[in-house]
Amino acid sequence: MTDHPSAADRSDHLPARHPRTSHDARPVHPAAWWLWSLSLGTAATRTTNPLLLALLVATSAYVVQASRPHTPWSRSYSAFVKLAVTVLLVRLVFAVALGSPIPGTHTLVTLPEVPLPRWAQGIRIGGDLTAEALLFALYDGLKLATLLVCVGAANALASPTRLLKTLPGALYETGVAVVVALTFAPHLIADVHRLRAARRLRGRPDRGLRGLLQVGLPVLEGALERSVALAAAMDARGYGRTADLPAALRRTTTALTLGGLLGVCAGTYGLLTAEGGTYGVPVLLAGVAAALAGLWLGGRRSPRTRYRPDTWNARSCLVAASGTAVAALLTAAAASDPAALHPGVVPLVAPVLPLGPAAAVLLGLLPAFLAPAKPPRHKEQPS
Amino acid sequence: MIRFENVSVTYDGAADPTVRGVDLTIPEGELVLLAGPSGAGKSTLLGTVSGLVPHFTGGTLRGRVTVDGRDTRTHKPRELADVVGTVGQDPLSHFVTDTVEEELAYGMESLGLAPAVMRRRVEETLDLLGLADLRDRPIATLSGGQQQRVAIGSVLTPHPRVLVLDEPTSALDPAAAEEVLAVLLRLVHDLGTTVLLAEHRLERVLQYADQVALLPAPGAAPVLGDPADLMAVSPVYPPVVDLGRLAGWSPLPLTVRDARRRAGALRERLRDRTPPAGREAPEVPAPLPRPPAVHRWRRRRADPAAAAPAAVAEVRSLAVRRGRVQALRRVGLTVAPGETVALMGRNGAGKSTLLGTLVGLVEPSAGTVRVGGAVPHRTAPRELVRRVGLVPQEPRDLLYADTVAAECAAADRDADAEPGTCRALVSELLPGIADDVHPRDLSEGQRLTLALAVVLTARPPLLLLDEPTRGLDYAAKARLVVVLRELASAGHAIVLATHDVELAAELAHRVVLLAEGEVIADGPTPEVVVSSPSYAPQVTKILAPQPWLTVAQVREALR
Repeated sequence: MTDHPSAADRSDHLPARHPRTSHDARPVHPAAWWLWSLSLGTAATRTTNPLLLALLVATSAYVVQASRPHTPWSRSYSAFVKLAVTVLLVRLVFAVALGSPIPGTHTLVTLPEVPLPRWAQGIRIGGDLTAEALLFALYDGLKLATLLVCVGAANALASPTRLLKTLPGALYETGVAVVVALTFAPHLIADVHRLRAARRLRGRPDRGLRGLLQVGLPVLEGALERSVALAAAMDARGYGRTADLPAALRRTTTALTLGGLLGVCAGTYGLLTAEGGTYGVPVLLAGVAAALAGLWLGGRRSPRTRYRPDTWNARSCLVAASGTAVAALLTAAAASDPAALHPGVVPLVAPVLPLGPAAAVLLGLLPAFLAPAKPPRHKEQPS
Repeated sequence: MIRFENVSVTYDGAADPTVRGVDLTIPEGELVLLAGPSGAGKSTLLGTVSGLVPHFTGGTLRGRVTVDGRDTRTHKPRELADVVGTVGQDPLSHFVTDTVEEELAYGMESLGLAPAVMRRRVEETLDLLGLADLRDRPIATLSGGQQQRVAIGSVLTPHPRVLVLDEPTSALDPAAAEEVLAVLLRLVHDLGTTVLLAEHRLERVLQYADQVALLPAPGAAPVLGDPADLMAVSPVYPPVVDLGRLAGWSPLPLTVRDARRRAGALRERLRDRTPPAGREAPEVPAPLPRPPAVHRWRRRRADPAAAAPAAVAEVRSLAVRRGRVQALRRVGLTVAPGETVALMGRNGAGKSTLLGTLVGLVEPSAGTVRVGGAVPHRTAPRELVRRVGLVPQEPRDLLYADTVAAECAAADRDADAEPGTCRALVSELLPGIADDVHPRDLSEGQRLTLALAVVLTARPPLLLLDEPTRGLDYAAKARLVVVLRELASAGHAIVLATHDVELAAELAHRVVLLAEGEVIADGPTPEVVVSSPSYAPQVTKILAPQPWLTVAQVREALR
């Protein structure tokens, strides 16, 4: 299972006679990667221990480094890391500038306090900065930053476009629309760069806010035109073809979907009201089942098939399991030993690494050995 | 295979139909070239085959178009997707997914083919188009030729019986264009695919066409017929046909090979003559409008050696890195006033990057660039427009205003020129552009002229053009040649990056060939292009070993 895919790689250069050889190195299902990453993120929300959080970040970074594919999306990890650092810094700046409700005795510096009018009571700008408040903000910010890094790992390991492609047939077309919308942003940014460069050719400054505003209209015009061109191309390539279905089947689909949604509403209502305790759960379940059946039947309206669909194989199971295990174990640890996972800041103590939870986090490294990335088949070439 | 029955198309708001009286039958397995001047309705006619006209563009279609027996009035484009494959002018706006392999599969997925079939066809198509090494590559990192091949491949995989292509080679270098055409020819021969393609650069395509559908003028009915017969009367024709008409050959040769067989007598007549002189670069710099004294002082401070510049632009051991890619390395280039230099080379060889460094859009990572004594990327844009002007690949990028008049007024302000300077330039370069037209509604040639006038308003001694003939028909190209020649004789130095060998032969004193970011040849046009099979113009190939470049030269010599 951990075989290196180089043999399969080479076979790809052969003509179509052995089309199945490269199936051996089937990639891990994108949903498994997202489950793994989001589980790590869940684990991060269970603790404020900076050592555990750092271990979580290191785990995700190692797996990303080992398993990410060679696509432009996989570079998004560094962007998320930068975002996480920014969030952490912003959290600290706020703690420094606005003070903190944490009572502390170790004053580091005393900033000049801005006198505020009476109605702004409870808000403080400046004043004493205590080590406890700073540490609390650091732990808190680190938790958020770790969560962001985990989302970044999900993006890098399996791009959201790949995830959207695994949607059921009835939702596929919507998925494609979302994918196209996702590629829209990079194009828009490229357009802004090009048009700002063109401003320089006209002898106008290419920097500054005014320059950005003046290219706004042409950029939007260009984006609109490209969207229309893309829509035409997609239509000409068969996007939105529907299969002819008997009228009875279509009516059944509609009835199931609508009935299912109504059932979900009624069931939820039943669950939330006091007297509906008896019928709530069964109605909700029936509604969900009917809606899913409607979705499945609706998928038959679209004749589309999948090219090399991502399959949920044993490796995907293990990847997903390793992530879920980390989340479950840390949740359990947070319940049984809250002190170790939430080191106190008042009084000021150094955080200790609890061995059990740390070992649990290390379980998350499993995918790095299960699904190492394929080596790039060729060098990057200039475009 | 494709039948047009008395078809006319009128767009909403247009007074006259764009195409009318179209009565054609295109048989199966033919490669049909749709030729005609710009604005004659080529793209519209192509659009009616895939059903995009009128289902997507709006307008009214009269008459009937049937493809493989399916009426496009009752079938939407998506219902024709299994019969017709369409590739538009810009392959980038065609891509739905982001890697090569997924893009090839996308069309088949929409049609609902079985997974095993899809897998086999993707592999076959990867081999057929030579894309096997690129299968995992993100499309955005491919070169223009590779993108065009992926676009063709992506419509080939559902095995359409008709392929409709709008200017498939206009963005490609000569070698990449040959590659794409070879693929099309293989499809026609091996799979019996019917190919209908429109192209302005007839010299690249004409030799492969089984039939030509000629749209002689806007609104005129097209004529379908034998290429040689139609070329005798066509308003658009490649140099080989021009030479054939000049020499009075009948039937007209369409390929260089046929023409060479006939050219014995012509070569004999030209033996004692030499190509007219005057193509050498001017030795003495022509007088140029000198920049104001302040600038001269600044320039001297910036670079004392350039106090009396003989060259308008000087590039020494220039290197540019973009990310991990070395876009240019050790490039040297000197441009004298009044000289026209053609930059040629493969897609992605670094031509546009070199032009970018000359206008300060790209910062060099090593080496020096001096334009009129200034360092481009450190000079303020307002200063720089007086020294160098660039008409980008997409002239529309330069135009922001709603009307031609507003655009010209803005250009005057940008360049501190007398009000009316730009407008006068527009009228001089190409009469007949109305004041109140939106720049978007101009034809390609008119838009290029407007962008050129905007750039020239600041009277830069160095003029750069990036791929100026893309989308231009022969008439627009001939006008551009005249305009650029006049500018050169007025002392402007011109550098043009182009794939169009015929344009380079007409205009350039010197050709600089780039490959992988390095200069591999730099010399007078006849020397560089005559020795290269892909960069030699048709006339050179026909009359070799005599050093003739253009039909105009031959015509002049025979007079």
